[in-house]
Amino acid sequence: MTTAQPESQGSMLDTTIEHQEGSGFVRSLLAPFRWMRAYPTLWAGLFLLAFMVLFGIVGSQFVDPELARAGTVEIDLSPGQTVEYRVKGEDRSAFSVLGTDSQGRDVWAVTMLGTPLTIYVGFLAALIGMTIGTVLGFIGGFYGGIVDNFFKSFADMLITVPVLMILVVVAVTLKSSIDVTQQALIISAFVWMWPLRTIRAQVLSMRERAYISVAQISGANTLEVIFLEMLPNLLPFLAASLATAVATAMLTTIGMDALGLGPQNQPTLGNTIYWALFYSAPFRGIWWWWTPPVLALALVFGSLYLITAGLDPLANPRLRRQG
Amino acid sequence: MTAEYLLRRIGVFFLVIWGAATFNFILPRIADVNPIEERMSQLASRGAVTSGNTEAMIKHFEKRFGLDKPLLEQYVRYIWNFARFDFGFSIAFFPTQVRSVISQALPWTLVLVTMSSLIYMFLGMALGALVAWPGASRAFKLLFPPIMALSAIPYYLVGIALIHFFAFQLEWFPLGGGYTVGSSPGWDFDFYLDAAKHAILPALSIILVSIGFSAIGMRGMMVTTQGEDYMLLAEAKGAKSWRLFAWYGVRNAMLPQITSFALTLGHVVSGVILVEVVFGYPGIGTMLLQSIRNFDYTLLYGIVYLVILSIALATLILDLIYPRLDPRITYAPRS
Repeated sequence: MTTAQPESQGSMLDTTIEHQEGSGFVRSLLAPFRWMRAYPTLWAGLFLLAFMVLFGIVGSQFVDPELARAGTVEIDLSPGQTVEYRVKGEDRSAFSVLGTDSQGRDVWAVTMLGTPLTIYVGFLAALIGMTIGTVLGFIGGFYGGIVDNFFKSFADMLITVPVLMILVVVAVTLKSSIDVTQQALIISAFVWMWPLRTIRAQVLSMRERAYISVAQISGANTLEVIFLEMLPNLLPFLAASLATAVATAMLTTIGMDALGLGPQNQPTLGNTIYWALFYSAPFRGIWWWWTPPVLALALVFGSLYLITAGLDPLANPRLRRQG
Repeated sequence: MTAEYLLRRIGVFFLVIWGAATFNFILPRIADVNPIEERMSQLASRGAVTSGNTEAMIKHFEKRFGLDKPLLEQYVRYIWNFARFDFGFSIAFFPTQVRSVISQALPWTLVLVTMSSLIYMFLGMALGALVAWPGASRAFKLLFPPIMALSAIPYYLVGIALIHFFAFQLEWFPLGGGYTVGSSPGWDFDFYLDAAKHAILPALSIILVSIGFSAIGMRGMMVTTQGEDYMLLAEAKGAKSWRLFAWYGVRNAMLPQITSFALTLGHVVSGVILVEVVFGYPGIGTMLLQSIRNFDYTLLYGIVYLVILSIALATLILDLIYPRLDPRITYAPRS
């Protein structure tokens, strides 16, 4: 909390919501959204992320995909020139906003097509990983036992292992070229550990609370307790874990790409960085090649960071009092 | 610390490295790749060997690498070799052992990781503590948001920007590498100075990004310690402000930082590997990129195993010295 204003608004809203609590699933689902008004950091992050997603999706509609293919246009052109190129015997021309790279791609086209691709890999991997982690976390927190012990120990062990190293071995050994979806699936196998720990810890503490006991005594079965009593309260945690998981997954995918192990012939931002490094762009002063992907990634990572930071007071109510 | 905990913790360490070695053994056999055959066809395509004698050569190499033995025997041998850090010959630099290829690169990475970790931990803890300290200058509070914004960006992307501005445009630092090409690595002062100059930008890209991680954890802990009774008591006793800050606040807030450092070490090392790739720094990361490009499986597996082992070892050591640093922690069984 940097200013006092949203802080006081937050506590005001909290009290109003507390009065309405217990009046149904929909309301408790919506509660975090009403709180958002009080959390500018969270909003800033969500807006920035939405902007980057839309920027890529809308922008890519106005871009000739041929321009993102190697060898289409003249190489190493600085930004702001018109390029002429031929596709299947047809002469085309385009205004090159960001110039071209050393392999004859248009940097603007690559950035437009690559941004949604990279975000897609991050989100898909994170969603799958989150689902696995949440399910295992609930099972572990609820039932305990051998299964819980196994997965928790396994997660604790895997957390200290550098995931990128494992993925490098997998990618090099399998060697068959992967597409973005396959890459996301492989990465998802390594992003479930933190969600599992977070959710498991929450379920463990929540299980002992009075309202859960009340629900159980009132005859709610386990599924009802999980979906109606626990999940709504876990939403801020889930959202914060998801944002962190997306950041982790994206970090991993561009790490793989930057080592040349990404999906081939796809203009992902990581691949663009790989080729820029391969052709020593930063050392040759071809700044227009590496700046757009680096900037796009910085904005996406920044938005995810703002979302996580903005959700922190929601996920850890104790922080709200500290300021 | 109980013997049971110690045994368990060491058991986990061996489990991790055994898992890493087994993974390296199983994966190529599931994927059905034959590194020797591949290397041969790679050589054949360059005209280095003629196709007629490749069959015989493959047979010869398979025998030499022990690939004609039964699977279980291969496995036991493999694990035994890994336990002795014997990773066999590098496929790309054939007569050279993987071990000696790695031992050339390892010191560079170790120095880079250790130095930058120490610096960012120190700066991050100082910044985090000062931001949370009511008596500190407001300048630290202004410094905090930009540092936090930087912490969201991967190291090597910051590294690329640093190269452009400080090495390419301002020419303050050399363009990548670990030392000036042509100078021979030796034990003299000039070489150290040259190596240090080359290390500044890679280290800076790690430090700039990581300060934020360290600072935010420290800030949280400092806020918590300020509410503690011992702070109030010390203040009531008339302890000086700096003494309150350093010996009552920082001393107690810094210890959990070690745990978070241990947990993020794998992440840091992955990042450092990519920083090395960006700068062409002659450490493990650049070696890894080379092994990927050359399909040098033995070197690749050796590197990956060694990186996992080093991190597991570092985490183990941090876990074991932690109770010594913080008397409040005992790994005694719950009574």
